[in-house]
Amino acid sequence: MENREQWGSRAGFVLAAIGSAIGLGNIWRFPAVAYSNGGGSFFIPYLIALLTAGIPLLILEFTIGQKYRGSAPLSLGRISKKGEWLGWWQVLVSFFISTYYPIIVAWALSYTIFSFKLSWGNDTGSFFAKDYAQFGLVAPGQMGGIVWQVFIPLVIVWAVVFIILFKGVRKGIEKANKFFIPMLVILFSIIVIRAVTLDGATAGLEAFFKPDWSKIMDGSVWVAAYSQIFFSLSIAFGIMIAYASYLPKKSDITNNAFITGFSNSGFELLAGIGVFAALGFMAQAEGVSVDKVAAGGPNLVFVVLPKIINTLPAFQGVFGVLFFLSIIFAGLTSLISIVEAYVSAVQDKFNISRKKAIGYGAGISAIISIVYATKGGLYFLDNVDHFVNSYGIALAGLIEVVLIAWVFKKLGVLQNHANSMSDMRLGLWWKICLSIITPIVLGYMMIDSIIHDFKEPYSGYTWGFLSVGIACAVIALVAGIYLAALKWKKNLSEETQKEVS
Amino acid sequence: MSGGAITMMVIGMVILWGGLIASIINMMVKSSKNQ
Repeated sequence: MENREQWGSRAGFVLAAIGSAIGLGNIWRFPAVAYSNGGGSFFIPYLIALLTAGIPLLILEFTIGQKYRGSAPLSLGRISKKGEWLGWWQVLVSFFISTYYPIIVAWALSYTIFSFKLSWGNDTGSFFAKDYAQFGLVAPGQMGGIVWQVFIPLVIVWAVVFIILFKGVRKGIEKANKFFIPMLVILFSIIVIRAVTLDGATAGLEAFFKPDWSKIMDGSVWVAAYSQIFFSLSIAFGIMIAYASYLPKKSDITNNAFITGFSNSGFELLAGIGVFAALGFMAQAEGVSVDKVAAGGPNLVFVVLPKIINTLPAFQGVFGVLFFLSIIFAGLTSLISIVEAYVSAVQDKFNISRKKAIGYGAGISAIISIVYATKGGLYFLDNVDHFVNSYGIALAGLIEVVLIAWVFKKLGVLQNHANSMSDMRLGLWWKICLSIITPIVLGYMMIDSIIHDFKEPYSGYTWGFLSVGIACAVIALVAGIYLAALKWKKNLSEETQKEVS
Repeated sequence: MSGGAITMMVIGMVILWGGLIASIINMMVKSSKNQ
């Protein structure tokens, strides 16, 4: 087995972890979630969620990866042989996400080019649904043939991902993040500065930050805050464990986690300011209130924001390019980390070269991703994303904290390890957050999702179609258990002793 | 903007961006100490 590769610098690791955490959800999910859950008052549960779940979980995953020096299945298998299946489950969830995530980056790539001539026209909704992605031409569950203007950028996105991953951790992932993340911050800052100087921006910011204190006692607002933090930080994907496994033997784990957590949330705040300032401008231009134009998800990025770009007083094309490039950078850095999570796992388990692991893992994912480049692709994406996120990541995260805190009882060992590496010492608060607060919140989130999905089928889809998404979530679990049952190509316990000592 | 909105905006900025800056300063101070 070749020696484990390492990051070239601490900044390289931190930027890669930030790149993984900052993704599309920061731009299209956070502003809408904050707005619909109390505006300014949402920041109270959000900040509490960051400090009691987000950062403690990041510290946990960084410590596991750094101490046990392996991908999620290897590291969790080194903690206890009964933990390996959980690592596989997590990386298989990452695998399913990597099949649809590149499609959104591919859309952004197309829209970057469309920006030059504002090709989306005045009816941006119809352009996206019927002319470009063409999902408006088929019913949910139908594929309807490949959409070539989506397929071609998809191939380009995969080519970029393959090139970066083939170059390895230091020369590929680290270098890419050292370029993409500063660029993302610069481009997005330019957009935000422009947005807040537009007419009507203050009305948008007022809508975003105005606190609705009546919502602070609403349990669903707290669940929304913890969900946002949890899903936004790339926790329980096996990503942060894999990335931390490339850290040198001495590294300040706790401070790295604080930098990553605050960077991610700081960028979400920046995105909220930019998005709502722009929405305020659009509301004023159309003579309506901000709540009439507030949006989230792909609708915000590919329908509402192009409409806002059309209305800008000058340099529409330039701001269009800057915005969609930001989406590409945010998406690519996250996609690379998602693929790396299972590439490193395949490499560890089957003792094969990195290139082979990328070829098998990412190759299969790239082929499956063609499904989402069909006319009905967006419906499949929405369906699979819902079940893989709600029942894959959240449940895997819940089981991770319960196993480590209550079954394997390893929190003390991990706390000592993190403290031996870090300036800031972890105290009782860290153990309480992970063994009590996080399991309760994640457990409540799971039950809430199940009740919701049984009450009414997700997005009004038929149960037949929803079975595709449910099957993906189940396959990730079952295949994870199967892969954990396979023999390691090297002696796990011998290697464990060598690495951990 | 109303006072409440400005207050929440400032709180968010101070905690999130301030926390980030403090963590980065901590990292830089530590790395210069090590050298």
